[in-house]
Amino acid sequence: MSAPEATAITAQNLIRRFGHFTAVNDISFTVQRGEIFGFLGPNGSGKTTVIKMLTGLLPLSGGSATVQGIDVHADPETVRENIGYMSQNFSLYSDLTVEENLTFYGRIYGLTPERLRRRIDEIVQLNGLAPYYKRLAAQLSGGWKQRLALGCAMLHEPKLIFLDEPTAGIDPVARRQLWDLLFDLSAHGITFFVTTHYMDEAERCSHVAYIYFGKVIADGTPDDLRELPEVNPPGTYRVEIAAPHVTWALRIARTIPGLRSATIFGQSIHALIDDQLEINHLRQRLLDHGIVVTEIRPLAPSLEDVFVELTYRHQAKQSDQAAAPEAPSA
Amino acid sequence: MLNPFRGFGAVFYKETLHVRRDFATLFFSLIIPIMQMLLLGYGIDTNIRQINTVVYNADGRRESRELLDRLRNSDTFHIYRYVNNDHDLNDAIISGKCRVGIKIPVDYSDKLLHGMSAQVLVLIDGSDSSVAGQAINVSTAIGLDESLRRVLAGADSSSFAVDMRPKILFNPDSRSPNFFLPGLTAVLLLNVTTFLTAFSIVREKERGTLEQLFVTPVRPMGLLLGKLLPYLGIGFFELCMIVTAMRFLFSVPIHGSVLLLAFLSLPYLFVSLSLGILISSKATSQAHAMQLAFLTILPSIFFSGYIFPRETMPKFFYVISYFVPATYFINITRGIILRGATWVHLWSDALALFAMGSLLLIIAARRFHDKVITA
Repeated sequence: MSAPEATAITAQNLIRRFGHFTAVNDISFTVQRGEIFGFLGPNGSGKTTVIKMLTGLLPLSGGSATVQGIDVHADPETVRENIGYMSQNFSLYSDLTVEENLTFYGRIYGLTPERLRRRIDEIVQLNGLAPYYKRLAAQLSGGWKQRLALGCAMLHEPKLIFLDEPTAGIDPVARRQLWDLLFDLSAHGITFFVTTHYMDEAERCSHVAYIYFGKVIADGTPDDLRELPEVNPPGTYRVEIAAPHVTWALRIARTIPGLRSATIFGQSIHALIDDQLEINHLRQRLLDHGIVVTEIRPLAPSLEDVFVELTYRHQAKQSDQAAAPEAPSA
Repeated sequence: MLNPFRGFGAVFYKETLHVRRDFATLFFSLIIPIMQMLLLGYGIDTNIRQINTVVYNADGRRESRELLDRLRNSDTFHIYRYVNNDHDLNDAIISGKCRVGIKIPVDYSDKLLHGMSAQVLVLIDGSDSSVAGQAINVSTAIGLDESLRRVLAGADSSSFAVDMRPKILFNPDSRSPNFFLPGLTAVLLLNVTTFLTAFSIVREKERGTLEQLFVTPVRPMGLLLGKLLPYLGIGFFELCMIVTAMRFLFSVPIHGSVLLLAFLSLPYLFVSLSLGILISSKATSQAHAMQLAFLTILPSIFFSGYIFPRETMPKFFYVISYFVPATYFINITRGIILRGATWVHLWSDALALFAMGSLLLIIAARRFHDKVITA
């Protein structure tokens, strides 16, 4: 059933229309086995639609997809037997205990009583749920709910797990712990398809794709994406400028010729600078305006920089296209 | 100086916008009272008219037809059907199709022509006391009138020519619990099953667990049956409790078979569960589901004949009553409990319920697929 091929997911030219609206517009990507695949994009960009298509809930308007080597269109039932899924609100039954939630999902997947018992033991061990075993899911904190939900999604030992915004609204410690767990499981050959809004989480993925208005506009490892020529235009470099009163410093910095774009990052400014403008020169120009730079150093673009840059370019291209053939529509 | 009303204008402005945007709530809060007013205003008509009447005219000659014309012209009786024997006459009443049965004996015309008193049997379904009272009054008045007419026309007669003999068949002492409790059963059952089903599904929608279930190998039929059966069980248990309380607490005699009642409650429960699913496919929150469920409860109370006899309704509401599941189940409960009706009398009601349930389930399943799973 699960063919020994290297890809966990192949999506080819996926299209999904709702009436006249195209939610997913010709998307292709491949997820290799054992990857942690980060699927990013703003709300309403089509992330959930893609997950629904890959899990066989939404028929494809065009294109094809295989999940674990199984054709999604031809055999959605088998696809669903071979994947785990955890939704953003940790879909648990809050009036059921940890044990009962696990038992319910185990039976949904048709586990035999012996296998169910063994799997529950393993998952409780792995996710550290033992102290809460008899507790109602409603009484668990966000982090524990999430571990239980993940446990429910992997009872039937799927080799591919979809996580839809798994860390939305939980505390940073639990977030870190979940990622540690994901790395652990990934090392055992489980593939993860993760959607997230957090850029630091995107950086942890071994492969990311960025979807914007139904189009994939970036696809690769985080390092590959950082080195894209679109993100690093020839004749420019990026710097991080640390200074007191960053907001004031930003206003000043933006008036300096040779500084292409700048944005605040915590207590410092990230800026894209023309090669002609040297670091010392920049420091002097800021000092002319009374800004004392405490530190200034070259910087590789962050994934956020990458996505922002690619989004701008995509938008510009879109409006060009819209303007060219006919009057732009609202 | 602090203005204690600070922010009034802003809140008022915002609230007006909410009301205008949320058209559904506005609709419900305005239309439902109007509907209730129309119902109660038109529905309560103390002059009961057009009571379904079955006639067994064993005589068939001119005099008997004259009497029937007078009954018909009274506007109280609507001759629904003619039958040819006592058995069919009884059946028409037990099945609930007719409330009054009139039997004109074979020697009716002969007796009148010979100046003797001719008796006419008027069988009345006593389960609804207001209908029964009206039927007694009008039929005896017509008998009296007919007799007087004959005396004035010069017939040599010393006694009443036409002697209407009313006989109340069921619920002879006109106890109101006997009338209301079997009907209440239908409303209560609908309440329990429709609400519970709708809530159980909408709750999963709210929590997102439904979304989770769809991504598992659960098949739609497995999901629905697994969800419905417990509530069917609860509905069934509820029925048993209601019937027990009715029999032993309120001493309502049960003339028919309790087993048949239990069996015929299944198609009704099927309808209410399907309604529950239909509601859940539409509702986005439990509060919304509650609102929609009330929309199904109201017609069951007002249009089903539970409180107001269907005969007294304006034609429009009378037609609507045919589309209200409770109408059929109330006929089943009253039929079995009060009139001792059997399968022979009630199969058509059961069939109607089953048809409604199937139709609703198909619509609900379609909607569920389109609006919930692939939305």
